[in-house]
Amino acid sequence: MKFRVFRFDPENDCDPYFDEFDLPVEKGMTVLEGLYYILENLDSSLAFRSSCRCAICGSCSMYINGQFRLACRTLIANLETDMVSIRPLSNLPILKDLVVDMKPFFENYKLIEPYLIPKEQPPEKEYYQSLQNREKIDGSIDCLLCGICYGACPTVSLRKDYLGPAAITKTFRFITDSRDGAMEKRLAVVATEDGIYRCHTIFNCQKFCPKDIDPSDYISQLKRKVVWQLFK
Amino acid sequence: MEEEFSVFSHDIVVVGGGLAGLRAAIEAHDCGFDVAVVSKVHPLRSHSVMAQGGINASLANHPEGKEDNWEKHAFDTIKGSDFLADQDAVETFAKEALVNLYELEHWGCPFSRFPNGKIAQRPFGGAGFPRTCFGADKTGLYLINTLYEQTIKRNIKIYEEWVVLELIVEDQTCRGIVAYSLPEGELEAFKAKAVIFCTGGNLRIYPKSSNSITSTASGVVMAFRAGLPLKDMEFVQFHPTTLYGLNLTLTEGARGEGAYLLNDLGERFMSRYVSEAIMEKAPRDITSRAIQTEINEGRGVGGKDYIYLDMRHFGANTIKKRFPGIYEACMEFRGINPVKEPIPIQPAAHWSMGGIDCDYNTDTEVNGFFVAGECACVSIHGANRLGGNSLMETIVFGRRAGRRTSEYIANGRPKSAGNGIYREALLKQEMRFQGIFERTGTESPYKIKSELGTIMDTRVGIFREEQDLRQALNEIRELQKRYEDVRPPYKGRRYNYDLLWHLDIEGFLTISEVIVMGALNRQESRGSHARLDYKERDDKNWLKHTVARLIDGEVILSYKPVTITKFGIGKREY
Repeated sequence: MKFRVFRFDPENDCDPYFDEFDLPVEKGMTVLEGLYYILENLDSSLAFRSSCRCAICGSCSMYINGQFRLACRTLIANLETDMVSIRPLSNLPILKDLVVDMKPFFENYKLIEPYLIPKEQPPEKEYYQSLQNREKIDGSIDCLLCGICYGACPTVSLRKDYLGPAAITKTFRFITDSRDGAMEKRLAVVATEDGIYRCHTIFNCQKFCPKDIDPSDYISQLKRKVVWQLFK
Repeated sequence: MEEEFSVFSHDIVVVGGGLAGLRAAIEAHDCGFDVAVVSKVHPLRSHSVMAQGGINASLANHPEGKEDNWEKHAFDTIKGSDFLADQDAVETFAKEALVNLYELEHWGCPFSRFPNGKIAQRPFGGAGFPRTCFGADKTGLYLINTLYEQTIKRNIKIYEEWVVLELIVEDQTCRGIVAYSLPEGELEAFKAKAVIFCTGGNLRIYPKSSNSITSTASGVVMAFRAGLPLKDMEFVQFHPTTLYGLNLTLTEGARGEGAYLLNDLGERFMSRYVSEAIMEKAPRDITSRAIQTEINEGRGVGGKDYIYLDMRHFGANTIKKRFPGIYEACMEFRGINPVKEPIPIQPAAHWSMGGIDCDYNTDTEVNGFFVAGECACVSIHGANRLGGNSLMETIVFGRRAGRRTSEYIANGRPKSAGNGIYREALLKQEMRFQGIFERTGTESPYKIKSELGTIMDTRVGIFREEQDLRQALNEIRELQKRYEDVRPPYKGRRYNYDLLWHLDIEGFLTISEVIVMGALNRQESRGSHARLDYKERDDKNWLKHTVARLIDGEVILSYKPVTITKFGIGKREY
């Protein structure tokens, strides 16, 4: 199997380039395991992030054979190809090889005040939350903040000030949580030109999310909520 | 050197951004101190995120758990530990679990709920009542997000992708750390009045491991090299049910809620090992041994080294709702639909009961150096940890560490050190890097890592005996010699993962030696440590903690008593 891997060390290279590696592939091998094979046997200078290797930590998001994916849960056999082509996540500065600077992504995430702002003083025990209320945040709480939706979003590529799908998903997560009391404030943060109105509903976020989250749905729900607020 | 010298300064430096680290940092911040977290990965990429099934607190929310209370939680934990846990520590833990759990909920953690709106609880192995709170099978993900959100709210400084290399200790007092910045490629000294290590576990030394790739023992090794004792390292927990081949944990919650274990003959074999009333709800050590015995005796599926976890009778709805992570992992990685097929599973190294020796205040031998989480050995888990207790441990003792550290500083104990000691420590690490880059050997460290893995897997696994352990020790020492001859790593300074592996693999060899020596010496079977040549627990000789120290480059073992309070010592039967 051939791996064609994007290489760029901004300190030493004028331009990015691709390296090709031949590696033996066993049944059930993932792209991440392939990258480790390269690091351990073929080229020890290769830089890529990884941690949990089972699709829950969000470290190894990259662009593999034309799709944004987590390398750890991409089985090479499923790519049905004899060449695995790997590039770093788009829309973020490249620090080295497949490692991108996640700072712009997390800066946007921080802008939305991503923590519970309680409606009321906490009780002695837990807040009561009905099954129905709890179910409303299903999905939105599964976001790994892996950055794939941000990297895949054409709108982000055109305008860096756009909050992006993950940050807006987080807003939805808190607004929908029956324990949170800051809906108006939260809506004001996202109901801007660089918030929900910047989304062109291209659906790349939904298409590529490794956890099957649909940020575009949340964006449209938030738009409806904003309109509803106007009539209140 | 002179002009490059710089020192970062904080009251408290927390090393590690997992659950224990973030909880410690939040507490230290709320006590009014300037705290920074130094982590080799972004906090959300920590191993904690992999925890699935739940977190224990005796809330008594479950209809069958109305009689539950902290004392019952404490007793189950002590019995689960095969009576090696320190009972004063367990008492503190079980009491404080309650307030800590409610606090996590108040911070927005999306726990699963009962129809009455209260936090849901599920049964876990070795627990007398359904005591494990959970968020589907993604409890770790929800908890780490909740704590990370709280660090953002407080604007706590986090140094992401900084690899700590050394603990600076002077006159038995901790002064700070030296760390290597992956993004910048620079070494820097951090001045701190106190340091908290929350660096996680060690079990990437096993090839069949449920740990994240980043659980490489680095913090434990650093403390050991700085002269601190490690406790009970021979106790390695094997998780009974990890997905065959990949060794991703499939939560104990599945067995807790009634999944079956089936051998090649389709038998629910657990009745051979525990009572009919317990079956799959036995603690992890017993269940792992049972599975391994079935495999060893030729009843693995198709004669292979796995058996089945069967949850088909749950039905599609329950599986997808309560175990979405299991469903997804089986479909994605193995093409198996757990709604229709049983899941191939095998035990894998999961959690290290041992760690840096500390007491239930998180104090260590060194003033101003505190530890919490998996890298620490308090010890509340003794010889075997019950499922659901590790997440609560990170929270209870992370918080205690943050508070204790603040008290230590507020009491005016540390006198500040001059820059000399930081300059010296930094220089020492610079020289170490240079030495590593100038190596002339040809051995591959990865080959050594892989051979070490085979040794640990085959000789230091679920069942152990003297001959195997002796051979393992000899072979590990051979590998240590060969390690001196490894090739130099890639020489770039930024994002040099090859260099990190060089450092980690050297540590793997040290920790493996400590594990094997402890296991070889302990001539009894207790909890996760099952000796084929000493099958019984021997309280007369071995009701004591193993303590390992590095003295002049040699690992020296000694022992210290277990703290027994009101719970007594009894037989461990289920």
